[in-house]
Amino acid sequence: MNKHYVYADNAATTPISKEVLDAMMPWLTEGYGNASSIYAKGREAGFALVKARQQVADVLNCKPGEIYFTGCGSESDNWALKGAMHKLAAKGKKHLITTVFEHHAILHTAAALEKEGFEVTYLPVYENGIIHLDDLKAALRPDTALVSIMFANNEIGTIQPIAEIGAICKEAGVLFHTDAVQAIGHVRIDVKAMNIDMLSLSGHKFHAPKGVGALYVRQGSIILPNLIDGGGQEKGRRAGTENVASIVGMGVAIEAAHRDLEANAAKALAMRERLIDAALQIPHSRLNGDRVQRLPGNANISFEGVEGEALLLMLDNEGVAASSGSACTSGSLDPSHVLLSIGLPHEIAHGSLRVSFSDMNTEEDVDQIIEALPKVIGRLREMSPVWERIVQEDAANN
Amino acid sequence: MLYSEKVLDHFTNPRNVGEIADADGVGEVGNAKCGDIMRMYLKIEGDVITDVKFKTFGCGAAIATSSMATELIKGSTISEALQLSNKAVVEALDGLPTSKIHCSVLAEQAIKSALSDYYTRQGIDPEPIVGCIADCEACHEH
Repeated sequence: MNKHYVYADNAATTPISKEVLDAMMPWLTEGYGNASSIYAKGREAGFALVKARQQVADVLNCKPGEIYFTGCGSESDNWALKGAMHKLAAKGKKHLITTVFEHHAILHTAAALEKEGFEVTYLPVYENGIIHLDDLKAALRPDTALVSIMFANNEIGTIQPIAEIGAICKEAGVLFHTDAVQAIGHVRIDVKAMNIDMLSLSGHKFHAPKGVGALYVRQGSIILPNLIDGGGQEKGRRAGTENVASIVGMGVAIEAAHRDLEANAAKALAMRERLIDAALQIPHSRLNGDRVQRLPGNANISFEGVEGEALLLMLDNEGVAASSGSACTSGSLDPSHVLLSIGLPHEIAHGSLRVSFSDMNTEEDVDQIIEALPKVIGRLREMSPVWERIVQEDAANN
Repeated sequence: MLYSEKVLDHFTNPRNVGEIADADGVGEVGNAKCGDIMRMYLKIEGDVITDVKFKTFGCGAAIATSSMATELIKGSTISEALQLSNKAVVEALDGLPTSKIHCSVLAEQAIKSALSDYYTRQGIDPEPIVGCIADCEACHEH
C-alpha cells in the first residue's frame, strides 16, 4: 500500500499554486495596509489591486474598469442576474433566457426572480450537453432583458457556442451574461470578439484561493445596481475592504493559467482521453456530454448498476478523490439535474463519476484511477441487485 | 456529509454480503430510480433467523445500514427482528447524516419484506404480523 493521493476533482476546487502563494504572502504579512488609505502602506495595497485588475482584464481582453472583484462565482452570478433584471424591469423587460443545466448559482437565482414575477425560459441542452442556437433565437422576445448561458458546464464540461450566442444577442439588442467559472484558465475567452456583456469567474478554479471572484461588465452595456452599499470600493458598487492577498493571488493565477494555457490544456486532454478510453472498456458504461466540445480536463462517465456516492467512497479508499452527480452526494433523492437534462434515466444518472484534471495531475494519477476503477466497480456490482438484473437481461438477449 | 467510523467500516467491509440459494424468505425494497435497492435473504429454523445475507444497490449509508441490520438480526428470533427499528440501526452505526435516515428505514423495511415473504411461503397472511410495507417510502416522502 504505497499509493499516493490522487486529487482528481479540480472542477470542485484546485490547490493554490506555489507561484500564487508566493505572490500572496507579502499581502498577508507586512503588506497589511487598507487599499483605501492614503499613506504608503495603503497605496502599495491599492497599486497591487490595480495590477491584479489589469491582469484579469488582459486575459478577458477588456478594460480594467470593467472588472469588479467579488467574493465568489455565485456572488457574481447573483449580481449579474438580479442586478440586470431589476434594472431592466423599469424598461418593461421582464424576460430572462437561460439553460436547464446551469449551475445552481444561476438556476436558483432565476427561480428567485420568477418568484418576484419575472419570466424565465430554460433552453434544453440535448444529449450532447449543448444548446441549439435555433432554440435561443426562437426564445427571444421583445421583452427579453438578458440571456445567461454558461461557458462550460461544471459536471459534464461541455462548452457552449459562446461566440455565436454573443452574436445573436448583440443582433437582438439583448444583454448576454455567461457563467465562465469552469472555463476560465482552460479555454481562451475574448469578451470583445465573443460579444459578452457580463462574465462571472471564480479564482479557486485556477489555482487562486477560495473566496475571491470577479464580474466583468462591459462599459456601455448596463450599470448594475449596487450590490453592497458602503465605501467607495469597486466604484462604490460592491463596498467592503478588499481582500488584497486573494485578489493579488487571482491576478497572478489567471495570468499564469493563460501563459501556459495551450500546454496545460493539451496535457489535461491527453489524461482525460486515456481515462475515458479505459473507463469505457468497463461494460455498461457511457461518457456523458460531447466528447470533443468539452473542457480539456473533464471526464464524466456513468456505470450502470452502481451508485455514485458508494463509488466515490470506494475510490477514496483507493486514494482517489473525484466527484459524482449522484443524488446521495447532494443530499437530495434526485440525481444531478445536469445528467437528467441530457436525457439520462435516473438509475443511470445515480451511477456517474466526474473526474477533473488540472495541470498539476500526472500520467501516474491516471494510471492509479484506471487501476482502481474496474476493481471498485466490480466490488459494488457484486453486491448490487441492479447489476444482477442487468447481467440476467444480457444473458436473455444473447 | 460526515459519516461515523462505524458507517465507513460497515461500508468498506460489509458483513453478510451475498445470497442464500435455499432462503426461507427473500425481500426487496426501494427502486433504482431513487438510487437505493436492498434485497435480504433469510434462513429460518424454528423461529430463529440462523443466517442472513444482503445485496444492495445504493450509497455508502445504504450499504452500511444493510450490513448493520443483517448483523443485528442474525441469530435473533423472528419477533425480535420484527421489532428492529430503523432508529436502532442508526444508533448501532453511531448515527447517520439526516439526509441518509431513509437508508435505515429501507433496511428495516427490507427485513420486514423478507419476513413477509417467509410467512407467505408458510401459507400465513403476513400483514397482521409484519404490517404494511410501503414501497420506497423514502421516495414518496419527497
